[in-house]
Amino acid sequence: MSETPLWASESFWKKTAIWVTAGSFVILVVLTMDSLSQTSAGGKRVQAYSVINKKIDYQFKKDLNKFMPVIGEDEFLFGKQLTEEEARQLVDLGKKTTQSKNCMNCHTLLGNGAYYAPDLTKAWLDKGWISKDTRENMMINFLMDPEKNARTFGSNRKMPDLNITEQEAKGIVAFLKWMSSIDTNGFPYNFTTLEGED
Amino acid sequence: MTTSALDGIIQNVTKLREQSRDYIQGFKSWVQLDSSTLSPGRQLAVKYFIVAVILFFAQILFGLLAATQFIFPGFLYEILDFSVNRMVHINAMVVWMLYGFIGCVYWLLEDESGTEIVGLKLGNLAFWVLTGAVTLVVLVYLLVQIGPGKDSSLWFINEGREYIEAPRWADIGIVVVMLIFFYNVAATFSKGKWSGIAGVLTLDLVALAGLYVAGMFYMTNITHEQYWWWWVIHLWVEATWEVLVGVIMAWSLMKLLGVRRKIVETWLYIEVALMFGSGILGLGHHYFWIGTPEYWLTIGGFFSALEPIPLVAMVVHAVYDSGAHSFKTGNHPALAWIIAQAFGNFFGAGVWGFMHTLPQINLFTHGTQWSASHGHLAFFGAYATINIAFFYLAIQHWRGDVWMAGGSQNAWRWKWALGLLNAGVLGMTIALLIAGYEQSFIERAVEGSTWGGYFSAQNHPSFQNAMNWRLFFGAVTAAGFVLLVWDLLTIGKTETRKADVIAEH
Repeated sequence: MSETPLWASESFWKKTAIWVTAGSFVILVVLTMDSLSQTSAGGKRVQAYSVINKKIDYQFKKDLNKFMPVIGEDEFLFGKQLTEEEARQLVDLGKKTTQSKNCMNCHTLLGNGAYYAPDLTKAWLDKGWISKDTRENMMINFLMDPEKNARTFGSNRKMPDLNITEQEAKGIVAFLKWMSSIDTNGFPYNFTTLEGED
Repeated sequence: MTTSALDGIIQNVTKLREQSRDYIQGFKSWVQLDSSTLSPGRQLAVKYFIVAVILFFAQILFGLLAATQFIFPGFLYEILDFSVNRMVHINAMVVWMLYGFIGCVYWLLEDESGTEIVGLKLGNLAFWVLTGAVTLVVLVYLLVQIGPGKDSSLWFINEGREYIEAPRWADIGIVVVMLIFFYNVAATFSKGKWSGIAGVLTLDLVALAGLYVAGMFYMTNITHEQYWWWWVIHLWVEATWEVLVGVIMAWSLMKLLGVRRKIVETWLYIEVALMFGSGILGLGHHYFWIGTPEYWLTIGGFFSALEPIPLVAMVVHAVYDSGAHSFKTGNHPALAWIIAQAFGNFFGAGVWGFMHTLPQINLFTHGTQWSASHGHLAFFGAYATINIAFFYLAIQHWRGDVWMAGGSQNAWRWKWALGLLNAGVLGMTIALLIAGYEQSFIERAVEGSTWGGYFSAQNHPSFQNAMNWRLFFGAVTAAGFVLLVWDLLTIGKTETRKADVIAEH
């Protein structure tokens, strides 16, 4: 009987499996370190938390052929300028609240989650809040009493009352505003913002 | 409270206890299964299988509730909201599959290592700890549901992160239990004998337990948080779980068809190389839109496009082996489910995944019912099927290695269970795919992903119809499940013919 050819040999494939796995993992670790450093808050892709003091928009950039967040002039949230640390605390409260209220099992955030309610990635910029003057109040009222201020768009799907306090609601709005400034490589596509209506 | 009232309560409780003891006794004499005939390791495996089946039921039940809410949004509103049902639906799925895998490994461990399980007592303790913890977590999900925006909510109620919602205390418990499981596997092989299957299994379990830790931290920066969150979800489901299934499949093929060890182990190495070679960097397809750098579009697109290759190889492997061994096996239902696994894994994980994995397409499909369609067929095809196949292997041994074939008495039950479950899941998959196409088109491409656009798509008749069909096929799946459980409890009960012993050939 002839020798086993290389492609059918057990030991060859064993070594291949080990090298391929180890190699892929090393590449992943290197890329992870790079990605994390490129996406820490305060960088170009993920803005500092104090970006909530600014006007945020999302526009199509012809040269890049994709939608990009655009950071504009001062536009304080709830009429008050926050320091970086105050902004971080408010966004943190909002983020923690979205987790403890289990938002992700109806909504998507950055497109991840469940599909029973709209995506929150650019929720701050949505035309549904009608105008910049009404936006903050509408969001707070909706979050605190979603039954009475239901926004069902004819679907009969109502957000349940989640016992959100006023401070938590403000935190959520801050978190959504901050999240809308993240450079998501052009997702979602073709999104017309509330600013675009002006 | 008067003493007579207290007496009354005590009497009632005693009566209830006696009644339930009678029911259990009646059930035991009906199923006629005696676990003392099994080896201690396999008795432990059976415990895992039983909980797995109960959680499988919970998965289907809460899936049906959530599916109903898509059609009647007022159903159980503010009692069991969609978020709660959907969370229990997907968590029950993850946990029943893990229970199934752990059961499979305990089942094959003594046979593969040629010795008794080293830390059996510890293994039993871990089983009860894990089961107690799972029960408590589910009760809190159902009864407490949400908490204030504080750390304590994340520690004791719910972490609010899809698939790994379990509160932090439970995370720590899960890691401890996985370490005990890992110790049992590694120490048992060390005491007995190692094999290719043993080596792959042990290393895979290190990765499985280690990766879970990546998802145990709270971060304000959602990009970082989702980055690590995908490490757990993707590297479990699209890498380490797939390899674990490869191990279970390799062992099963030797038992079912008598395939030579050298062949299955060589195949296992090839599959590990292909699976990890494509799957580890395929993780990039989750990093397209969460704020991570643009190079992930290229890396994720390229490697995830390769992910179906090992699944094609598995189909070739299963079909080739079945043919080469002329389908000669003493356990037809198990072989049928193994074949269902090969095709289900290929179509569900491979084809359905590939369809929307390229960034140019994913820009429109990400976060729509496309993902739900893919998720249903992939989890069922890749993981539910192999567990069910193994349940049949286990029950056959438990019944005394009796003949289980297409021509046996009451064989219609396993055939119909197989048919209904597969047709049910495939039906849901197609319905959700239609909903996904419609959503990508109307919400994303036409209306530009606004809330208004989202609801235009949700209110559209073709979406609504798809949701009706999904509920219908969900009910078909549930019917298949009921039949499956009935069959697993009764198959081989009256059979006296022994199954042929399949020798290695």
